[in-house]
Amino acid sequence: MELIRLNDIYKTYHVGEVDVPVLKGVSVRIERGELVALMGASGSGKSTLMNILGCLDHPTSGQHFLDGQEVSNISSDERAMVRNRKIGFVFQSFNLLPRTSALENVMMPLSYTATHLSEKEARARAVDLLGLVGLADRLDHEPSQLSGGQQQRVAIARALINHPPLLFADEPTGNLDSRTSEEVLRMFEKLNQEEGITIIIVTHDSEVARHARRIIHIRDGIIDDGVPFAKPSRHEPLASLEAVAVAK
Amino acid sequence: MHALRRNVMRSVLTCLGIIIGIAAVIAMMEIGQGSSSLIETTMSKMGADNLIVFPGQSASGGVSYGIGSAVTLTPDDCQAILRECTAVRNAAPIVRANAQVIYGNRNWSPQNINGTTPAYLDIHDWTQLAEGDMFTDQDVRNVSKVCVIGQTVARELFEDEDPLGKELRVQNVSFKVVGVLGAKGANMMGWDQDDVLLAPWTTIKYRVNNSGSSSTSKASSSSITDQVNTLNQLYPNQSVQLYPQLSTVQQADQPQPVRFTNVSQVLVAANNPEEIPLAMRQIEELLRERHRLHADQPDDFHIRDLTEFTKAMSSMTSTMTNLLLCVALISLIVGGVGIMNIMLVSVTERTREIGLRMAVGARARDILRQFLVEAVVLCLLGGAAGILFGRGGSFAVRKLLHWPTEVSVPAIIAAVAVSAGVGLVFGYYPAWKASQLDPIEALRYE
Repeated sequence: MELIRLNDIYKTYHVGEVDVPVLKGVSVRIERGELVALMGASGSGKSTLMNILGCLDHPTSGQHFLDGQEVSNISSDERAMVRNRKIGFVFQSFNLLPRTSALENVMMPLSYTATHLSEKEARARAVDLLGLVGLADRLDHEPSQLSGGQQQRVAIARALINHPPLLFADEPTGNLDSRTSEEVLRMFEKLNQEEGITIIIVTHDSEVARHARRIIHIRDGIIDDGVPFAKPSRHEPLASLEAVAVAK
Repeated sequence: MHALRRNVMRSVLTCLGIIIGIAAVIAMMEIGQGSSSLIETTMSKMGADNLIVFPGQSASGGVSYGIGSAVTLTPDDCQAILRECTAVRNAAPIVRANAQVIYGNRNWSPQNINGTTPAYLDIHDWTQLAEGDMFTDQDVRNVSKVCVIGQTVARELFEDEDPLGKELRVQNVSFKVVGVLGAKGANMMGWDQDDVLLAPWTTIKYRVNNSGSSSTSKASSSSITDQVNTLNQLYPNQSVQLYPQLSTVQQADQPQPVRFTNVSQVLVAANNPEEIPLAMRQIEELLRERHRLHADQPDDFHIRDLTEFTKAMSSMTSTMTNLLLCVALISLIVGGVGIMNIMLVSVTERTREIGLRMAVGARARDILRQFLVEAVVLCLLGGAAGILFGRGGSFAVRKLLHWPTEVSVPAIIAAVAVSAGVGLVFGYYPAWKASQLDPIEALRYE
């Protein structure tokens, strides 16, 4: 079943009097339960595509459907509500609230959720999620008392507090060493396979992209439709628009 | 709230301005409240419903001689006021004298030698004598040589002796002490109210004040004088006539200026403080009629309202209080600017946090509300601390400087409202700025 559909998305930035087109007709479809890696060099429009997929920004033209709802032209308040309910974010620099316990960090998005849970229910949910990511014994630790990997796992638990269908990870292992990166990526795989959460990982590291079942490349504002360019690297297989399996 | 707790030192320093401002406001208002209460109680002790009627200013060729220099108020005026002014409860004429009082080998010049009637004590709410009795209306009619002295005069002249029944000499006139007044202390202007000698006004006027002047010819004295000197009917005046008497025809041909029997002041008590304006109007109309003044002639008397003094004093203190309040409010504004400054810094510092909150679903108004609430809470905490310090300050002022202070509940309520207000007003701009951040930019912020 389809979760995300982009139809002919254009995004143009207006810098003074000059129009800078960044996305030039992107169309892509992502099914539920996919584990997708989004790759692209800087300047390719990867960040812009990421912002649109994450409902942080809206396209200049084209349609964007998320979970059956058209979200291309909604107001920023409505976008905020969509983000709250449908998307969980994990960032490269964790972005946890300092001097706040792990439990409270995980519960933070609930203060913006329209349907209010009671304090007890909220805590219970947060405790469950922290257990899921393996931090049940560190509920009241503050970020300064947690390692990088642990902080990222708290961030993952926070992203899942509202049970969103989509998890969006922007360079999630960028600040982690290789062993911890492996742990975090395995966690993503587990969440994807066991909980059925659709995950999009944005990365420039092909080792990370290897963990995904599908890689979407973006270059010069369009999804690379499989035409080879420059030197083929030993890691990267070329991907087409509808490519599904990538050799692991 | 966590945000405030995260950096306690900064929060405390930020609301220091508010603390100082609110403390100053509370202390000012309590001191001001204390002063005005003191004035009110003093006013009621002094007789807030009293009026004094002075004879008007005299003028010669355009040069005014000042209040009291004309002789226009008579004892009959006083009687008329008592009789005909419905708003007047009591009235007493006052004849003032300046003289030395001698007892044995001691002497003393009282600040006030007042010739008056027994009504004087009622008007001044002073009817409880420490010893003896007040002289009576009969004494006034008989021009008796009796007097009542205040505590200070008694102490100066008699020390530990009992003054009752003793004879004093006032300007070589011998007076018998029939009473001693109770203590009253100093009045609002600082004069000692116990430094007083009261006697019948007739005695003061005709025996004390006139004892130095040459005797006047009987022909030109008014009939009132005859009435007063009732003994004249039994014992006609035997004094030697220095000048030939004018016959009736000659008197009619040469009208002498008639001298009034005049008094220095008339003391009037209105029924109650609310009727003072009515009493003043009634007295004015009555006296104008009695003194046969035309509509275009100015009053030849002056009615002074005691509450004028107290009003002037309380307006002075309230002006001072308001001025100090303004200064305190200025410091509150400065405190508010400090709040705004720190909130702006805080917003900049927490840009990534704001971006994150927006990413997980905070709308612009959620962010606005969050930062506004933080500013208001900061200010309310500062206000609470300021109230405590303010009360402490006014307590210290009361103990150390002995100024009157009074707990002012409106001040506390106002202080809370003002701190919340300052938080809202000065916290709004930073909160608004925070809410207008773009989440994408904010997340990228270094």
